Amino acid sequence: MTALLLRDLRLAVRAGGGFGLGLAFFLIMVVLVPLGVGPEGELLARIAPGILWVGALLACLLSLDRIFALDHEDGSLDLLATAPIPLEGAVTMKAMAHWMTTGLPLVLAAPVLGLLLNLPGGGYVWLVASLALGTPALSVIGTFGAALTVGLRRGGLLLSLLVLPLYVPTLIFGAEVVRRGAEGLSVTTPLLLLAGITLGSIALLPFASAAAIRINLR
Amino acid sequence: MSIWEYANPKKFMETSGRALPWFTGLALVTLLAGLFWGFFLTPDDYRQGSTVKIVYLHVPAAMMAINAWIMMLVASVIWLVRRHHVSALAARAAAPVGITMTLIALFTGAIWGQPMWGTWWAWDPRLTSFLILFLFYLGYTALWEAIEDPDTAADLTSVLCLVGSVFALLSRYAVNFWNQGLHQGASLSVAPGERMHMTYKLPLYVSMTGFALLFVTLVLVRTRTEIRARRIKALLARERMG
Repeated sequence: MTALLLRDLRLAVRAGGGFGLGLAFFLIMVVLVPLGVGPEGELLARIAPGILWVGALLACLLSLDRIFALDHEDGSLDLLATAPIPLEGAVTMKAMAHWMTTGLPLVLAAPVLGLLLNLPGGGYVWLVASLALGTPALSVIGTFGAALTVGLRRGGLLLSLLVLPLYVPTLIFGAEVVRRGAEGLSVTTPLLLLAGITLGSIALLPFASAAAIRINLR
Repeated sequence: MSIWEYANPKKFMETSGRALPWFTGLALVTLLAGLFWGFFLTPDDYRQGSTVKIVYLHVPAAMMAINAWIMMLVASVIWLVRRHHVSALAARAAAPVGITMTLIALFTGAIWGQPMWGTWWAWDPRLTSFLILFLFYLGYTALWEAIEDPDTAADLTSVLCLVGSVFALLSRYAVNFWNQGLHQGASLSVAPGERMHMTYKLPLYVSMTGFALLFVTLVLVRTRTEIRARRIKALLARERMG
């Protein structure tokens, strides 16, 4: 399973495309918003938590169809499905590799982009914390969506239609943590709920994803 | 004699064919009676005037929008566990009906909200969760349409329905947390509090029964159509073979 993780990471870094793309999209998104709504610092500070979270979510969505598509094309997905390690484990590793190549860079870049959006001082810690807690859920849920659409030729658009509604709870609690943090309120409740969603998704969704892949490979 | 006998498409077609006229008639009668009673024979509300009467469309449609999803969930589980094709087709047949009910609830709500709240739309928890439910319906039907092999499509949509139900429920409570709303609480719940008067409640019950019967009728018709479409496909395939 470690070998699989390392293979996916190496592929993502060396084959190009996936690694920096999400991050660049996140940056562009954050640059475009002030151009659209105007440069007033106060307004930007108010919408910054939401923009940063929606940006992270869309950046994550961008690379989802790559999780299984290439492996499906060259047949290595069939090998993974018949390999001695459980498919559920393989799926979890795939999700983890996706998180390490898209989610983690987003978490690290978010404070700088928060600066661009004039995020209030108290928000930075909670921005990083909520993204670090929430983006794994985005990757795991996205892996489920990718597993559902793996057999389709043009699954990309359908994938976003399937996955975005599933992202709603994560987005709500994640943005709420940052908003409360920025206003200096207590963040415990949304933070715990966010952690609950992430842990629950990691624990249960790989079974659904593996089932979807088995159906698709039938 | 168990309920699973109706999972046999032939048996299902026979029984549903016999039951369908009854359901159609009853649905028409209760729906017309409930709506007529509600629209014309109840007094105007002293604060809301006659706008209150849209409740006879809004509440039953909203109820059926949720119940249609629950029915799809049950049908999906039956398909996954027992692999009865009728079950999968019924789930598929229910989705567009559910979408329509969701849209009716959203639109009547907007029409009522304009004079009452002064706005067509507010990001209220109930309104928002209905919009999210609508998105779930869209994704579900889109997945059905996208996959060619019928068994694969049935399997994948069932898995999506299971996972989606969990997340739809989560979203329902998440939006509660996110915004306190304008929408009034449950008008029909058994918990103590402000309640509707019997004059308004009885036609509402009739209308709700009407919508439920209408839903059953539509799902039966659509399921029968799906079964027939599948039979035609099988016949065509056989013709090409031989």
